[in-house]
Amino acid sequence: MTSYQELLKNIALADERVIVMAAENLASIRDIPGVLGKRFIDTGIAEQSLVGSAAGLALRGRIPVVHALSAFLTMRAFEFIRTDVGISSLPVKLCGGVAGFLSEANGPTHQAIEDIALMRVIPSMNIFCPSDEQELTAGLRQIIEHPGPFYIRLNHARAAIEHTTEFEFGKAEVVSDGDDITIMVYGILLDEAVKACNLLKAEGKSVRLLNMRTIKPIDEQAIIASARRSSLLVTLEDHFITGGLYSIVCETLIKNNCGCSVLPIALENRWFKPAMLPEVLEYEGFTGEKIADRILKTLHGGTYCVTNR
Amino acid sequence: MKENQLFELRQTALKVREHCIRMSGNGGAFIGSALSCTDLIVYLYKRFMRISENDMGRDYFFLSKGHAVPALYGTLVETGMLDKERLASHLSASDDIYWHPNKKIPGVEFHSGSLGHLLSVAAGVAMDCKLRGTDNKVTVLLGDGELNEGSNWEACLLASAYKLDNLIIIIDRNRFQANKKTEELIPLDPLEAKFSAFGLAAETVYGHDFEQLDELFFRIPFEHNRPNVVIAETVRGKGLPSIESRADRWFCKLGGQDMGLLLQELHDAETRQTAGAAL
Repeated sequence: MTSYQELLKNIALADERVIVMAAENLASIRDIPGVLGKRFIDTGIAEQSLVGSAAGLALRGRIPVVHALSAFLTMRAFEFIRTDVGISSLPVKLCGGVAGFLSEANGPTHQAIEDIALMRVIPSMNIFCPSDEQELTAGLRQIIEHPGPFYIRLNHARAAIEHTTEFEFGKAEVVSDGDDITIMVYGILLDEAVKACNLLKAEGKSVRLLNMRTIKPIDEQAIIASARRSSLLVTLEDHFITGGLYSIVCETLIKNNCGCSVLPIALENRWFKPAMLPEVLEYEGFTGEKIADRILKTLHGGTYCVTNR
Repeated sequence: MKENQLFELRQTALKVREHCIRMSGNGGAFIGSALSCTDLIVYLYKRFMRISENDMGRDYFFLSKGHAVPALYGTLVETGMLDKERLASHLSASDDIYWHPNKKIPGVEFHSGSLGHLLSVAAGVAMDCKLRGTDNKVTVLLGDGELNEGSNWEACLLASAYKLDNLIIIIDRNRFQANKKTEELIPLDPLEAKFSAFGLAAETVYGHDFEQLDELFFRIPFEHNRPNVVIAETVRGKGLPSIESRADRWFCKLGGQDMGLLLQELHDAETRQTAGAAL
């Protein structure tokens, strides 16, 4: 598999319009400065001028692919994204590092768990949340070619599943088909969602698992179809409960006059416990097992769970 | 500069000031702020810049203090880029001409209004010109009060690091911000030293004298590899003695009678100044 860095490098070398930018954080693009020369621009620890100058470069026909930590990119530079990139719908591609649980033990300053909420309110903005590096690279070319701005929750995880459907804007991937329950997920939590799905199947449930991929545009048809088939929809995300997938699903259901129970598994009005990823998942109740337990409890009430069957 | 060129610049500035006054009717406009940078914008468009709507080889102008837009629109009319009739629909939903610049208007490079944005955008444009090895000049005009915004200083560091000597930052130093004097609220002096300390080449000039401006701008780049800063000492409300340097004349909403009086006052002041210069 070609890595994100390798693919971005190849795209940039073949296309003079592409400028790779960073606010010093080079974790995802370490080899690119040496290869791209002057078409790599590092603005230092300065997200506002990173985004502002990216807008200026885009005005001259460039396609800036911008890298910074999600928390600082989407919050420190929010108004620059909204006003300089958003109003004119400039083709600036904003790549956010360590979003959601990926900030691990950094603490709440680094937790980008409102990034989806912030980016989706910008009218021209599109959002891509790949579940792993394979999916990230599968969508990259189309995102760079897209005439508008994108926010990408960068993620270099190994693929938990073999992706069988091609990347398409606004199209969810059906990872598992079923009827009783539909789990909708994006980003790194796909791995845990697959585990939860298997546990629920072992309990005799028919489970549909959707990997949403692009959060904006969202696959409305997949949400509506799921609401018609399943008695319970589950939204799973490493994001605040406000403004993310749960909000999007509820808005979609109401807009389309669909009634369905929705269980949100998200961060409810609090930051998560800073620790390394496996422990965060455990502590916050986002492991496959704990997700399956919450779903079963919602379906059956009381203390029903996969471990004490 | 030849006498006829100077005369033409002064005549254009006078017409642009008339547009500014006329745009202050109905819902009003930020007239004090527009008049302080009118001569600067007229100078750039009529004398300094290579103007074109789409040519990649053009020079760029960005108005970061977006509320001074009547001076820009007035200048665009006088350079033939914008249809004069459209100014009459200022603030009307029937057109796109409102209190801050709109990119949809021919000649406007980018929208603005939120202060502290266009210096970094202009730096991005200047970076691209450097990348392509072309000699476009990129000018961005900021208010002095606007320098309260930290993003400007962040962008100065960036422009300095990338040696953008094709970037020209003009500070409209009218010494007012909204309803206060800059030095009484958030003091900026010594301003030239601040920019120098950030690695830029800064010079100060009287912003209403076309000959002085000409002498200065044709020395750009002031220093090889350093972004240029022109601190233009200006007068808020310049051209209308009754509102000049008044803290409460940043934004004005003029009635029909006031407008007529101010247009008369503008011409009287210009006549006095021309007569004074002839003596």
